[in-house]
Amino acid sequence: MKTRNLFIFCLVLTLPLVYSMLGGDLPGGAYTMAVLATLVQFVGGSRFMRAAWSAFKHRAANMDTLVAVGTSVAYLYSVWALGSGGEVYFEISSLLITFILLGQWLEELTKGRASKAIEKLLDLQAKEATVMKDGKPVKMPVDQIRVGDIIMVRPGEKIALDGEVTEGSSSVDESMVTGESIPVEKLIGATVIGATINKSGTFKFRATKVGQDTLLAQIIDLVGRAQASRAPIQKYADRISSYFVPTVLILAILTFDVWFLLLGASLPAAMLFAVAVVVIACPCALGLATPTALMVGTGRGAKLGILIKSGEVLEAASDIKYVLFDKTGTLTEGKPVVTDLVGEDQTRLIQVAASLEAASEHPLAGAIIEKAGDLEQSTLAVEQFKVVEGKGVVARLGADEAMIGNRALLKDKGIDLPLEHEMIALEKQGKTVMIVAQKGVVLGLIAVQDTPKPNAAAAVAALVQMGLVPAMITGDNDQTARAIAAQVGIKKVVSEVLPGEKAEQVTAFRQRGKVAFVGDGINDAPALAGADLGIAMGSGTDIAIEAGGIVLVKNDLEDVVRALKLSRKTFARIKLNLFWATIYNVAGIPIAAGVFVGVGLTLNPAIAGLAMALSSVSVVTSSLLLARSRI
Amino acid sequence: MEQILILLGSIVMIGSIIWWFFAKPVDDAVDAISDGKLQTINITVSGGYSPNRIVLRQGVPAKLIFTRQDASSCFEEVVLPDFGVKAKLPVDIDYEINIQPDTAGNYHYTCGMHMFSGEIIVK
Repeated sequence: MKTRNLFIFCLVLTLPLVYSMLGGDLPGGAYTMAVLATLVQFVGGSRFMRAAWSAFKHRAANMDTLVAVGTSVAYLYSVWALGSGGEVYFEISSLLITFILLGQWLEELTKGRASKAIEKLLDLQAKEATVMKDGKPVKMPVDQIRVGDIIMVRPGEKIALDGEVTEGSSSVDESMVTGESIPVEKLIGATVIGATINKSGTFKFRATKVGQDTLLAQIIDLVGRAQASRAPIQKYADRISSYFVPTVLILAILTFDVWFLLLGASLPAAMLFAVAVVVIACPCALGLATPTALMVGTGRGAKLGILIKSGEVLEAASDIKYVLFDKTGTLTEGKPVVTDLVGEDQTRLIQVAASLEAASEHPLAGAIIEKAGDLEQSTLAVEQFKVVEGKGVVARLGADEAMIGNRALLKDKGIDLPLEHEMIALEKQGKTVMIVAQKGVVLGLIAVQDTPKPNAAAAVAALVQMGLVPAMITGDNDQTARAIAAQVGIKKVVSEVLPGEKAEQVTAFRQRGKVAFVGDGINDAPALAGADLGIAMGSGTDIAIEAGGIVLVKNDLEDVVRALKLSRKTFARIKLNLFWATIYNVAGIPIAAGVFVGVGLTLNPAIAGLAMALSSVSVVTSSLLLARSRI
Repeated sequence: MEQILILLGSIVMIGSIIWWFFAKPVDDAVDAISDGKLQTINITVSGGYSPNRIVLRQGVPAKLIFTRQDASSCFEEVVLPDFGVKAKLPVDIDYEINIQPDTAGNYHYTCGMHMFSGEIIVK
C-alpha cells in the first residue's frame, strides 16, 4: 500500500483510540482498542517490522528498528496489561505508527522535489527533429540523427542537438541550458545548443554533436556525478550513524532501569520513558542533512548554468580568500578592438591603416579592419606589400608609400612623430599604439586594446563586497595589465607570467590563503587544478569537464560571484542541517528519557514519535529552501 | 528478586546489543563472475547488501545487478560516489549499474542516507 493510503488507513483506526485517550467511551472499551491497535500494528506497522527484521539479520539497525521496537514494546505491554487487568496504552503504539507514516509521506513528497533537477534536465531533451533528406524536410527521432545532418528549425521549435547555423537566422532562448535570460541572436556560423528554443526565424543547422557528446548530455552527466559525490563534512554523520541506533536502544534500556529500579517509578511509567527515547531518536535527519542540500544546491546551480562538480567543491568554496582571474578572455573580451583614433582626418587614417592591414596576418590587423567596416570605409588596393619584422608593414598606396607600425619603423624611414605626447598618454593606459603615415607624413595614431568584459567591474566589486580579494594573473606587460586591472577594480596584479608559470603563481597565493582560480578551462587547466577551487568559464557548447571544480556554462563573470555565493550557501545549509539534526537528537533524547521531569518537561511517546517524523521533514524542507534563497 | 531479574535482563540485553551490532565479523569478499570482457555480480538489497564485499578485476567493465527486496525507504537509493553513480532502486526488479573499475583500491557504496554500506575491492 502507498504510504499516503496507509497513513489514512491508520489515521482512521487511530482516531477512536485518541477519543478514548481523551476520556471518551468506546463501545467494547479496551477490547475494541485492542482490535484497532492490532490492525494498525500489523497492517500499518508491518513495513517497519519487516525492514527491521531484515536489517537485524544483517546485524544492522536503522530507523525501522527504532519504530519497530518502540511500537512493539508499547503494543505488547498493552496486550499483557489487557490480560492482567492493568492500564493499556494501545493509543501510543497506534499514534506512533500513524505519525511516522505521516512523516514518511511528507518526506517522500519533499525528497521527490529535492531530486527533480536531473529529471528536469532529461525532460529538456528533444524527442524528434526535422532533418533535410534529399532537400526535403523529414521528421526523425533524435537518436537517429548523425553528425553532419542538416536540421531545419521553425519558430517555437526546440533545437534538437548542438550544431552550427548554415542557413537563415533567428534568436534563441538558451535560458534552460545556460541560464542566460536574454535570447541570443544566431546568424550563419553561430553555434546552437540542443534543447534550447528557437524564438523567431526559421533556420538550418549542421549537427556537430550527438548523443552523449551534446552539451546537455554533459551537463546531465556532471550534475548526476555531483549529486552522487560526498561532502567531507558528511563523514561526521556517517561515523555517528553506524553506532546511532544500537546506542539509542542501550540508552532506552538504561532509562527503563533508572526509572524502574532506581527511582521507583511504576512499570508502565518506566516503559513509556524508554519507548519515548527509542522513538524520538532520528538517524534519518542526520542521514538526510548532506545529500538533500547537495541535491538542491547542485540542481539550482544547473538551472543557472553553474555546474558544481562535487560536495568537496562546496567545502573548498566556503573559506576562499583570493579569487585569481586569468586576464585575456576571462576578465577581458579576449579580442583586441580599436579604442582611439588620433589625427586630423580620422576617415583617411582608418582607411589607409585598413588597406595596409588587409593583407597582414598580424593579430591586431583584425581590429583595424573591423573598425574600418564599422565606419563604412572600404579598403584600397595596395602594391609592394612588405612586412618589416617587429616594426610594421609598408606598401605602395597608389603612387605614395604608406606604412603602419611603431616608432622604430618611423625612425627607419626618417619620419618625425608630432603626436609623441598623445602616444605616450595612450601607452600609459595599457594600449598598443600604431602610427600610420603616408607620403612621409604622419596621418595619426590608432590605439588598440583588449577591453574588459562589460560586467567585469561589477563582478569584481561584488567579490570585494563578499570579503574576497580579487587578483589578476597575466602574461601581458605590467603597464597593460595594470591598466586593465584599474578599469575593473583589481588591485593585486601579477604580470608577465609565462603560461607554464600560472600554476606556480597560484601555489604562491595559496601560502597566504585559500585560492579560487578563474580561467577558460583549456589553456588554464594546470592553474585550475592547482587552486583550492578551479572555476572554468565555458564558451559555446564545450564545457571543460576535466578542469575546475565549478564549470560555468556561460562566459559570464557575474556567474563567478553567483557560483561562489551558491556554494557558500549550500555548504552553510549542510552545516545548519547537521547542526539541527545533532541538536535535535542531543536535546530530544534526554527530554524523552525524563531527565527534565523535575522542571516539568516530559514527552508523551506519541509526541516523541511525531517529533521524530517531523525532524526528517524539517531537514528536507530546510534543503529545499536553498532553491528559493537569493543568489 | 524481581528487581534483580530485571537488572540481569537489562545487562544481558545491553551485552547482546553490543555483541550483535558492534562485534560484527567482516563478511567474506565475493568475486564477480567475469568472461574477460565483462564482469557481473548480483547484489541483494534486504536489510543490507549481500554480498556486502565484492571483488572486481581492474580494467574490466563491471555490471552490478542490484535486486532490492527491502521496501524500506532506507534502501531506495544506492550511491557509488567514486564512480559518480546515484540510482533509485525499484523494489523486486533487477537494476543494473555499469561501472568501469580502472583504478585498484577499496571503494564504498552506500544507501542514500549513508546508513548502510558495502565495499567494492578492485584488484
